[in-house]
Amino acid sequence: MPDALYLSAAILLPFLGSVVAAMLPNNARHLESWLAGGVALLSLAMVWLCYVSIAGGAVPRFEIPWVPELGLNLVLRMDGFASVFAVMVAGIGFLVVLYARYYMSQEDPIPRFFAFLLAFMGSMMGLVLSGNLIQLVFFWELTSLFSFLLIGYWQHSAAARDGARMALTVTAAGGLALLAGMLLLGHIVGSYDLDRVLASGEAIRGHSLYLPALVLILLGALTKSAQFPFHFWLPQAMAAPTPVSAYLHSATLVKAGIFLMARLWPVMSGTDAWFWILGTSGTITLLVGAYVAIFQHDLKGLLAYSTISHLGLITLLLSLNSPLALVAAIFHTMNHATFKASLFMAVGIIDHETGTRDIRRLSGLNETMPFTARLALVAAAAMAGVPLLNGFISKEMFFTEALDASSAPTLLHSLLPLAALLAGILAVAYSLRFIHGAFFGPVTNDLPRTPHEPPQWMRVPVEILVFGCMVVGILPAATIGPYLDVAVHSVLGAATPEYSLAVWHGINLPLVMSLIALAGGVLLYRVLQPHLNAGIEDVPLLRGLDGRRIFDQAMVFLSWRFARTLERLLGTARLQMQLRLVVCVTILAVILALLPYGLYPGQVALTGIDPVVALMWIVGGGCAMAAAYQAKYHRLAALILLGGAGLVTCLTFVWFSAPDLALTQLLVEVVTTVLLLLGLRWLPKRTERRSGGDTRARLRRFRDLTVAVAAGAGLAVLSYATMTRVSPEGISRHFLERAYSEGGGTNVVNVILVDFRGFDTMGEIAVLGIVALTVYALLRRFRPAPESVGVPEQQQGEAGEWLLVPGVLMRLMFPVVGLVAVFLLLRGHDLPGGGFAAGLMMSVAILLQYMAAGTRWVEDHLRVRPLRWMGAGLLLAAGTGAGAMLFGRPFMTSYFAYADLGWLGRLPVASAVLFDLGVFALVFGATVLMLIAIAHQSVRSQRAAPPPPPVGARPSLSALATGDD
Amino acid sequence: MELILALAIGVLGGSGVWLLMRPRTFQVIIGLSLLSYAVNLFIFSMGRFPVGRPPVLEPGTAGDPAVYADPLPQALVLTAIVIGFATTALFLVVMMAARGLTGGDHVDGRARDR
Repeated sequence: MPDALYLSAAILLPFLGSVVAAMLPNNARHLESWLAGGVALLSLAMVWLCYVSIAGGAVPRFEIPWVPELGLNLVLRMDGFASVFAVMVAGIGFLVVLYARYYMSQEDPIPRFFAFLLAFMGSMMGLVLSGNLIQLVFFWELTSLFSFLLIGYWQHSAAARDGARMALTVTAAGGLALLAGMLLLGHIVGSYDLDRVLASGEAIRGHSLYLPALVLILLGALTKSAQFPFHFWLPQAMAAPTPVSAYLHSATLVKAGIFLMARLWPVMSGTDAWFWILGTSGTITLLVGAYVAIFQHDLKGLLAYSTISHLGLITLLLSLNSPLALVAAIFHTMNHATFKASLFMAVGIIDHETGTRDIRRLSGLNETMPFTARLALVAAAAMAGVPLLNGFISKEMFFTEALDASSAPTLLHSLLPLAALLAGILAVAYSLRFIHGAFFGPVTNDLPRTPHEPPQWMRVPVEILVFGCMVVGILPAATIGPYLDVAVHSVLGAATPEYSLAVWHGINLPLVMSLIALAGGVLLYRVLQPHLNAGIEDVPLLRGLDGRRIFDQAMVFLSWRFARTLERLLGTARLQMQLRLVVCVTILAVILALLPYGLYPGQVALTGIDPVVALMWIVGGGCAMAAAYQAKYHRLAALILLGGAGLVTCLTFVWFSAPDLALTQLLVEVVTTVLLLLGLRWLPKRTERRSGGDTRARLRRFRDLTVAVAAGAGLAVLSYATMTRVSPEGISRHFLERAYSEGGGTNVVNVILVDFRGFDTMGEIAVLGIVALTVYALLRRFRPAPESVGVPEQQQGEAGEWLLVPGVLMRLMFPVVGLVAVFLLLRGHDLPGGGFAAGLMMSVAILLQYMAAGTRWVEDHLRVRPLRWMGAGLLLAAGTGAGAMLFGRPFMTSYFAYADLGWLGRLPVASAVLFDLGVFALVFGATVLMLIAIAHQSVRSQRAAPPPPPVGARPSLSALATGDD
Repeated sequence: MELILALAIGVLGGSGVWLLMRPRTFQVIIGLSLLSYAVNLFIFSMGRFPVGRPPVLEPGTAGDPAVYADPLPQALVLTAIVIGFATTALFLVVMMAARGLTGGDHVDGRARDR
């Protein structure tokens, strides 16, 4: 069990640290660095604690089931291979934090930097420790996301924004392909569990879906690891702060693709497809990257292309389908992380102390920064593959593998030794350029800053890494040997080959190749020097191959021209056209869906026609059609007619045993009508023209009428066909039978709302609250049209002259209506009523006061604080639900009993009643907030309009709407 | 009776659809309200139209679907009524804001001259 703790802590600590780091103040540089460094060290310690049992042969594993039916579980596992990456993530992460402490300047927002860095560290840790394919993809995308944020950290720089966007586009697109590939892989295996996947290599390679899955997964890996043809994003990502580059582009982000390929190597490699895809891509990347690196004038650009080339080398090794090559690949991954991270940091130091990274301007830094120069020299030598450094050993292994592979029949195989040699020569050349260009030559004074050594602690991370390069280079078997062994065994298992980590293998072909590469590299650099010194921004021979330009053009085409064309062809900005299309498509869809079955009435015996209902609907239908006819010119009439149709609907509910519905419908009808009445005031005046319009307008109306009649007829036929069939046995029986025994209420509808489906209701009141807040927010910025600002003519005259008698009655009704609301609320569980109806009723009580006495009078006498009501309601509803969890029950479990209140009767005290009280409070608050907000506009705009009428004693109008004093 | 209610749903729905396609914001709001009546009645009709069935249980008993009114469509429609109210309010405010911003009450902000 402690292993489970260590595993989860290794991932959770960075994320927790990230949250804390984000909340620290802007000037807490020390604290931030201590926090981030501490988190990285702790994570490293966790990994180390797990490593102890890994070295003993165990695979620590921790599983939390989430949706086991779908194979979606949180699985953390760490084997030897994952532990190597986890050490790199946490270890180099720590060094980068230490380095960044000195690199980042005072002006940079430090909390954001460390928060993103730690979150990235957590995502990377999650990626390498995932034991579930889907979970792996999740963390994979998280790394894409956080690398985007880190690369674009200097938001003010356009290059940083563009580089970040390109990196995100390429890697996230690859991530989507990866997700599809993983789904296929999971489908082939029948499980997303990594252990099961790794155990079914034969089944995977033999499956007909192997090739699509392989292509999709490799698309993800190749984009992430910046392999040709997706390599172009990496140089653009150099706009990131150097600590980010040192971390992301040496040890972590770009190695994620390598990690994935090596992880799935035992089950997916060994086929021709694997070799051809990875072999081609790897070889081209290896050579092109190294070649382009020589011609870079920016030190970081040089390192970026060199990284691309080294990643190509590792990809090529993985493609060879040979266990020994896999050993070399893992080993080189570790070595590359060490020397490349130290080189990036060295470049950061140069940039920091001199103010430039341009090789053409830098020169002779060996004099002014001797320590840094020595460190960079060693690291660059490791990159070039100079003996007695770690890069040499893995490069020897690469040469050996290339020579071994050349015995195979294909052309690519036989060319491999040549390609390897060429890449070796190019690597020596660009390493020389790096060292010679920056550190040697005459001392220059033409630099933005006077160069000097960096603070001591800024150099420490570089020193540690370079020390690692040397120790591993001199004593490989004694230092890195055991760890590499554990890593290789965890991937290859019993198939682990014999390999030897030694500096000296005698005089053999690989050694000769190394020597040729060294000599050839020096020679090549000498030959190219005149061209390089000319300082031309150009790569000979590869001028046309600009991935970035192609990418930009593709993006412009996709997101601009193509999108515009599509929009012009298929889109419309006109609402009428859109709605017409929606209606027509709906009609067509229903027809198509019904075609196979035919639409005919069912066999149920019809119930007799009741003349009252018939009469009601003659009125209701007439109201509806008249409202439709009048809504353009006679808005008030249309509103009243709409109310008529609503009332008939309400009566229908009463008729067919739905008292709750009728009650709610009636109250909603009242409130809606008042709302719409308040809104009418702001619409432009419209006077009827009886000219009839032109022919096109008439045609348009006729077409709409046809569509409307079709829709109405369709609805009628559909309803008739439905109603004449027996209704299927649904879940109603379940609710009816359990309403009393399990919900403690006899009003089944209410019990469903507050108990059985309480969670839905909570969502619904939340929606209501959101709508009310939206209404309020929209109206805060409301600017009425100029001609609607003044007092409408109907209101001009002396105040208080209208509605005198009804006004008095309405004021008197306030307590009565309030009491009815309370009554409705209390009896809701057993009899028609409930929180919704009660809340609406209570708001009607307030509404009546506004209508009778006017906004100002009411607000001087009565303060409702709608926001508090809403907040209390939501809290009460959620709290009641959460209360069940205190008793060990699931969220929203209800409890009920009856309390005997003597002559008041027996009161049901189900916890659902408390929930209903929350519903009541929220509905009341939301409705009143909307009403007040709309009603207020007339007061506000009059205040704004000249001449201002005298304002009431208390300027509490806006305060009231916000619910604060 | 089924025929009357089917016709009622048809008339409400048809009037609503007609108004939806009109160019003025107020017409659209009225149309949506009418359409929501139609849809609510349609959902309600899934419980069929029992006359005289009690909607409320006798205390202490388990309900029998053959005796009592179907509570499920009622609960659904009750929710729909409240949400419909909320959307109407939201549309109203959008209508007011659009009127203030564009100076007119055309659904597209301004009338197209076609």
